[in-house]
Amino acid sequence: MDIFLQQIINGLTLGSVYAIVALGYTMVYGIIQLINFAHGEVVMIGAMVAFSVITALAGTALPPLVIVIAGILAAIPACMFVGYAMERIAYRPLRGAPRLAPLITAIGISIILQHVALLAWSRNPLAFPQIIPLASFEVGGAIITGVQIAIILTSVLMMGGLTLLVYRTKLGIAMRATSQNPQIAGLMGIDIDRIIAFTFIVGAALGAVAGVMVGTYYGIAHYSMGSLLGLKAFSAAVLGGIGNLAGAMLGGILLGVVEALAAGYIGDLTNNVFGSNYQDVFAFLVLIAVLVFRPSGLLGERVGDRA
Amino acid sequence: MRGVTIFARPQAKWIGVALIALALIGLPFALASAGTAWVRIANLAILFVFLSLGLNIVVGFAGLLDLGYIAFYAVGAYAYALLASPHFNLHLPFWIILPIGALVACLFGVLLGAPTLKLRGDYLAIVTLGFGEIVRIFLNNLSQPVNITNGPQGISRIDPFRFGSFSFSQSESLLGLVFSGPIKYYYMLLALLLLAIVVNLRLQHSRIGRAWEAVREDEIAARAMGINTTRIKLLAFAMGATFGGIAGGMFAAIQGFISPESFVLVESVMVLSMVVLGGMGNIWGVVLGAVLLSFVPELLRYTVEPLQQSLFGRSIIEPEVIRMLLFGLALVLMMLYRPAGLLPSAVRKRELAQTKGAAA
Repeated sequence: MDIFLQQIINGLTLGSVYAIVALGYTMVYGIIQLINFAHGEVVMIGAMVAFSVITALAGTALPPLVIVIAGILAAIPACMFVGYAMERIAYRPLRGAPRLAPLITAIGISIILQHVALLAWSRNPLAFPQIIPLASFEVGGAIITGVQIAIILTSVLMMGGLTLLVYRTKLGIAMRATSQNPQIAGLMGIDIDRIIAFTFIVGAALGAVAGVMVGTYYGIAHYSMGSLLGLKAFSAAVLGGIGNLAGAMLGGILLGVVEALAAGYIGDLTNNVFGSNYQDVFAFLVLIAVLVFRPSGLLGERVGDRA
Repeated sequence: MRGVTIFARPQAKWIGVALIALALIGLPFALASAGTAWVRIANLAILFVFLSLGLNIVVGFAGLLDLGYIAFYAVGAYAYALLASPHFNLHLPFWIILPIGALVACLFGVLLGAPTLKLRGDYLAIVTLGFGEIVRIFLNNLSQPVNITNGPQGISRIDPFRFGSFSFSQSESLLGLVFSGPIKYYYMLLALLLLAIVVNLRLQHSRIGRAWEAVREDEIAARAMGINTTRIKLLAFAMGATFGGIAGGMFAAIQGFISPESFVLVESVMVLSMVVLGGMGNIWGVVLGAVLLSFVPELLRYTVEPLQQSLFGRSIIEPEVIRMLLFGLALVLMMLYRPAGLLPSAVRKRELAQTKGAAA
C-alpha cells in the first residue's frame, strides 16, 4: 500500500501525456480512418525543437518559466507544419485508396521523420537543462513534483480546450460532421480538405506540447522516443474507443495508471519472476484484452460511415 | 509462368528458365570473387525471400494485415538456438530441430490468430504489432529467474548444420572450386527456397488458396459460400508462421549467433515492405521485392561510403541512415505512384484501376 499512491500519481502524469497524444490519433482516425503512425514522430520533433530552443536560451537571464514557454511556442508551429505537410503530401492523394496504402505510407513517413531528426540532432540524446527549481510536495506518504503537477494541469487544460473547440465552435461542428460523413458534409458546404488538414494541425499542436511534457518529465529527448510512445498512445485511443475524444482521454489516463501500477506491483505479485522491465508489455496486453472482449473500446467507437 | 506472353514459342520459355538456373548456380562463385561477405548477403536475401513468402500467405493471399511477423522468425531462431548450442548443452541434429522450430512457430501462429480473428483490418495490424513486440520483450527479459533466452546477450556458438562429419561451416575443395561455408549454405537455401516456391504456387492454386482469396475479397460472401472462415484464417496464420519458423532456424544456424536485436519492429516493417513493394499476392513479385530490398541497401553501402569520402573527405551521412531514409522514401513514393507493387497480382491491379477510375 505504501507505493500505491505514488504509482497512482506517476500513472496520472504519464497517463495525461498518453491522453494528449491519443487525442491526436483518435481525431485523425475518426475523420479519415487512418492510423497515423507518424504521429509519435511529430511528438518527438516537438520535444527536440523545444529542447533546442530551451538549451539555446538557458544561458540568458530570462526566467525559467519564460524559457520553457518559449520552447513550447517554438515547438508548436514546427509540429503544425510537419503535420500539415504529411497530410498534403502523403495522405491526401491516397484518400480513396484501399486501407493498406495509407498505412504503409504512414510507416514510411515515420521512418523518414525519425531519420531526418537523427540527421538534424545526431544520435546523442538532448538533455533538459536544469533551469527549473525542483519543487516537490508530500501528499499522504507519496511525493508529487512540480513537473508532475504542471503536466497534469496542462493536459487538463488542453483536453478542456479541445472539447470546447469540438463541441462549441462552428469549426468543431464542421469537424464532427466531416468525421460522421464526409460526402454529406461536403454537400453542406464544408470544405473537407481544409477541415481534415485542420484536424492534423490541431493534433500536431497537441502532440508538440505532449512532446515537451515527456521530455521535461524524463529529462532527455532523442530521435527514437516517438515510436514506443506513439504505439502506447494509440493503444490508449483504441482502449477508450477510437474516434471518441472522451474515450482517448479516458484510455490514456487509464493506460498510464495501469502501467504504473503494474510496474510497481508486478515484482511482488509474481515473486520476482516478472520485473518492471515488462512494463511495456502491459500496454499491449491491455490492448489485446480490450480488443478481444470489447472491440469497440470502453466508451464505444465513433467512426463515420464509409461510402 | 502465367501471363508471360512475350515468348512466341514455348521452348523459348524453358531456355529462359535454364539460363536463370545456370545464373543462380554460378552466382555464389561470382559473388565470392567480390568477397565472401556478398555470399552471406545473398544467403540473407534468400532468408528474406522465405520470410516474404510466408508473410505473403498471410497478407497477400488471405488479406490479414500482420505487422508483427518477425516474431515467428524469432521463435524459430530461438528454438533452433536453444536445441543446438552450448546454452543448454543440447546438440540435436538440424533435421530434427528445424521441424520442431517450424511446429513451435506454427503454434505461435495459431496462438496469435485465435483471439484476433474477428478484428477489423487496422486493429489486427496493431494487435499483431503488439504481439511482435511482446515476443521480443519476453525474449529480451527471460534471463531471470530462470535463464531461458539469455536476455539481451543472445545465444552464441550455435551449431551449424552437420551431416556426420560434413559440416556446413567448413570450407571444402571440390573439382578445383572452393566451397566455403556460406556457399554450401547458399545451395541448401536455394534448394529449400525452390521447394518453398513450389509449395506456395500449389497452395495458391488449390482449394485453400481460393478460399483465402475469397475471404480476402469479401469475408461475408465467403462464409455464405460455405467456407469456414475461422479455420481458413487460422490456417493462413499457421502456414505463414511455419515459413517464418523454418527461416528462423536456418538463420540461427547460418549466423551462429542470435539476439533479440535482430527481431525488432523495423524488421517486421521491412518484410512487409518487401511483400507490398514487390507485389502483394504475387509470388514472383514478392521474391523480386525481397531480393531488391536485401541487395540494394548493401550496394548502397558499398558505393555511397566511398563516394562521400571522395567528394567530401568524410562521411556526412552514415550509410545506415541513408538506407533508412531511402527506404522510407521508397515506401511513400511507391504507395503514391505504384501502390500495387512492382509485379502486381492481377487482382490488385484490377482493384486499384477501379479505385483510380472512380476517384478520377
